[in-house]
Amino acid sequence: MENIKFVIEKSARIDKLVDALYAKMPEIESARGLLVTESYKSTENLPIINRRSAAFAHILRNIPIVIRDNELIVGSATVAPRGCQVFPEYSYEWLEAEFDTVETRDADPFYISEKTKEELRGAYSYWKGKTCSDLAKSNMSQAAYEAFTVHGMFTPGNYFYNGIGHVNVNYEKVLKKGYRGIMAEAQNALDKLDVSDPEYVQRYNFLTAVIESCEAVVEYARRYAVLARTLAKKEKDETRKAELEKIASNCMRVPEFPASDFHEACQSFWFVQLLLQVESSGHSISPGRFDQYMYPYYKKDIDAGKITIEQAQELIDCIWVKLNDINKVRDAGSADGFAGYGMFQNLIVGGQNVHGMDATNDLSYMCLEAAMHVPLPQPSISIRVWNGSPDSLLLKAGALTRLGTGLPAYYNDEVIIPSIMSRGLTLEDARDYCIIGCVEPQKGAKTDGWHDAAFFNMCRPLELVFSNGMDKGVQIGPETGDVAQMRTFEEVFEAYKTQQSYFIKLLVNANNAIDVAHATRCPLPFQSCMVDDCIGRGKSLQEGGAIYNFTGPQGFGIANNTDGLLAIKKLVFEDGSVTLAELREAMQANYGYGLTGKAAERVTNEVACSLAEEGITVTEGVIRAIYEEVTSANALPADKKARYREIKRLIDETCPKYGNDIYEADMFAREVANTYTREVEKYKNPRGGIFQAGLYPVSANVPLGAQTGATPDGRLAFTPVADGIGPASGRDVKGPTATANSVAKLEQDVASNGTLLNQKFHPSALAGMSGLTKFVALIRSYFDQKGMHMQFNVVTRETLLDAQKNPEKYKTLVVRVAGYSALFTTLSRSLQDDIINRTQQGF
Amino acid sequence: MSIYNTKGRIFNIQRFSIHDGPGIRTIVFFKGCFMRCAWCCNPESQSYDIQHMVENGKDKMVGRDVTVEELMPEILADVNYYRRSGGGVTLSGGEILGQPDFARDLLRACKEYGLHTAVESTANAPVESIVKILPYLDLFLMDIKHMDSEKHKEYTGADNHLILENARKLAESDVELIIRTPVVPTFNDTAEEIRAISKFAATLPGVREHHLLPYHRLGQDKYAGLGRNYSLKEILPPPQEKMEYLLSVAEESGLRCQIGG
Repeated sequence: MENIKFVIEKSARIDKLVDALYAKMPEIESARGLLVTESYKSTENLPIINRRSAAFAHILRNIPIVIRDNELIVGSATVAPRGCQVFPEYSYEWLEAEFDTVETRDADPFYISEKTKEELRGAYSYWKGKTCSDLAKSNMSQAAYEAFTVHGMFTPGNYFYNGIGHVNVNYEKVLKKGYRGIMAEAQNALDKLDVSDPEYVQRYNFLTAVIESCEAVVEYARRYAVLARTLAKKEKDETRKAELEKIASNCMRVPEFPASDFHEACQSFWFVQLLLQVESSGHSISPGRFDQYMYPYYKKDIDAGKITIEQAQELIDCIWVKLNDINKVRDAGSADGFAGYGMFQNLIVGGQNVHGMDATNDLSYMCLEAAMHVPLPQPSISIRVWNGSPDSLLLKAGALTRLGTGLPAYYNDEVIIPSIMSRGLTLEDARDYCIIGCVEPQKGAKTDGWHDAAFFNMCRPLELVFSNGMDKGVQIGPETGDVAQMRTFEEVFEAYKTQQSYFIKLLVNANNAIDVAHATRCPLPFQSCMVDDCIGRGKSLQEGGAIYNFTGPQGFGIANNTDGLLAIKKLVFEDGSVTLAELREAMQANYGYGLTGKAAERVTNEVACSLAEEGITVTEGVIRAIYEEVTSANALPADKKARYREIKRLIDETCPKYGNDIYEADMFAREVANTYTREVEKYKNPRGGIFQAGLYPVSANVPLGAQTGATPDGRLAFTPVADGIGPASGRDVKGPTATANSVAKLEQDVASNGTLLNQKFHPSALAGMSGLTKFVALIRSYFDQKGMHMQFNVVTRETLLDAQKNPEKYKTLVVRVAGYSALFTTLSRSLQDDIINRTQQGF
Repeated sequence: MSIYNTKGRIFNIQRFSIHDGPGIRTIVFFKGCFMRCAWCCNPESQSYDIQHMVENGKDKMVGRDVTVEELMPEILADVNYYRRSGGGVTLSGGEILGQPDFARDLLRACKEYGLHTAVESTANAPVESIVKILPYLDLFLMDIKHMDSEKHKEYTGADNHLILENARKLAESDVELIIRTPVVPTFNDTAEEIRAISKFAATLPGVREHHLLPYHRLGQDKYAGLGRNYSLKEILPPPQEKMEYLLSVAEESGLRCQIGG
């Protein structure tokens, strides 16, 4: 038997809400796009910060509102469930170009009506040259712009096209003081302004923008109160009528005034969460330490007998559903990278409080329970772990992990607290950190972290060492010399660092150009009023109003570069069995292997296009012939092909690989990681803060891998780059403890913008109390060694079926059969079937 | 001669093993076995000789000779996980009692680092071999497969006299003893057969647990890889309901029983 705390029955309401939410394909709506355009047209003479608040207010007064059936927490950005609004002030051309394909694309399709297209086309005509993206482009050096648009060296696309988001605001302040209180604070600051202050104008404008924004939010909530009351009057069902009346009274009171009970606190929280995502298109709006700031309201109601634990759980579950009601349309390329309509609203439980004591409470458990009741992508739930975390909370988290939704993610206080202190946070602020978006730590309500600032593909600079800085026929990087002439390993490694440092410089230029564009064109008064010390300083977050300012671009490909450089060291400089010239040829020829899948189609298409440009008629037969050649590599002479394949075999089978607890290999990986992290941290951003590196690709290792040729670690062209800071796929053969030991050798605390380690398990590895306790011990042991983050894909039946079909993708998948752990793909078909059947059995 | 120079023959080391003794463990698999169980999931463990085997289409040699000193770094690499989970080292096989000096010295070295030690064995070996390892052993996971000596011999190649005798001697030592039974359809999956083993186990002083391990086909491909025929091809793993039923039968003995290790 398992004794897991806070197992609470799910209310029947929750499944009804979820079913209604997922009944249809999400839809793009035009209301916000039209309203923001209308407002901007009438405010051209105002300062930008006041244009922003005027537009926000205009939107909130006029955007359609809706209360969905069975809801207890209300407020939706769109009439259609899971719909999305558009934000033309950031960028619009990509969406206009994709109007006719967005509904049918593979990743994250959206329905868009002809009427909406027509309306948006009309609005878009206003925005030409006026968007944040337009300004970012003109702010940027040509070399930086081409490095990411043409050569795929890195991608700052997120903030180039959209809002920044990636923030945790002061929810606690809204719950405690209400927006009336925040307006009073702004008014007080206004009253105290010295007219001779050189920043008087900026401060005055900002503070009036804050007041206008807050006032608009209060009015917006009142619109819901009126709607709820109207619906209550018509409602025949007495229970629902009472619910609607409570909703009406909640919305009359919050978020204008302090929340007086748990239901009001939930509603107030939700308005904050929702409206941040109406003001700007930035994602990763992270609720942070929800269990901490909501707890006083829960405790008061429970102690007073005003609410039962089941009722409180139902309200939390309702919030979980609502977090999935918010959506965002991205361009087709980004949608591939973020597939799954990701909004990255990160909510974290447990960990230490500001005094360094354990902060776990009932809500910590109930949030994990909500994630079991509502198995949807949002929120991204995280758990803070430290030496004093109660086992019972970790066991509860383990019970959630084994459901196979990939949640929660585990974070180590013992590493993160000193890590962010090294970036200038006070001890108290560091102890109170939360996680933003995917894995990025920050002190909430005081930070503009600009996390997720870009993906930097570390494999590309190493590729440029082999081309002497050339890409697509253009000299884009430094001339580090002909690789074939390099006489020592150190020369190769130095050339890599030279290439990489150059592109980090361009990355910084791109990030800072975009940063300035946001401050100039899209400052956010509403968001800013809930982050310290914007009101005190009288400026928005985008202009440097936060106490802590960072820019966090993340690198990935450590494992590939480590394995590749180690292979060069051994085969070229120690064994002398391969020359660098030969390795270059082998990589250009994809080690004598043909391309497959989409990469083969793309290359075929490119060749056909270039033939057509040369005036050659491309018939279907010609295309077929090109495709045949691309997929078979038959154009290569047989002896060359055999030699290239032999080189790959030598790399695969005779060279040491990161991730197997081999000290020398792991220490070299540490050095490779530091070539990125130690370089990035040298730079400053325009908000008065510093750059700090992250080491994680989210899922960009797949689309960016698709732009990366064969690499010296034997990785074939256009296949995914290694995930997170873990070993390259299939290269770790010694199981999860060896992998964790290797990864813990990296200097993770220098990657203060976050790191990511994924591990895969079969659910039976977590079966019973015995399985759960060992699972918890595995996490604690990794964290003892200064691992920062860990998350688990507990495989589902579907995954195992896929692993049977594509074994090469799942070489590291460990499963356990009747007292025996084994690698799934090494098992026979019939045994694999047995294991698949076992996933359906209970625990 | 130092215990660290003692040499033995192993065929695998498996880290993060979570079903053969308490906590997270590293298993060292010894090569060579006295018995030839028809269902054996490690057929490459049976012969003491270093052998050629085809695995996933690739040739490999199974078995290598190592000293205790060479083994210790890999065992100690996971010491953090043992401490956090209450785990340690398990020696398995093959039959570890086929190399009693190596087993003793390896266990002794583990003890010098304060690790929890366990062995998996049928104890089908001279009692002197068992006595050798006991001072360095915390837990003996002992297989009892069948109480009927004839049937035992038919399926494993050996009768069970020595096994049952050694079980009693082991029970009298102060090493923790857990009895484990692989539940193999057509061999021992009736209520009577399981009940008999459980009843016997309950008579052993100090024994508190009896584990039923459902038969699986993990080793099937390895037989082909060794150029051997797998005789139990037609046999399917016992269904969950069957295991639950046999568990309830075993529990009649008053022992703490469980499915799986």
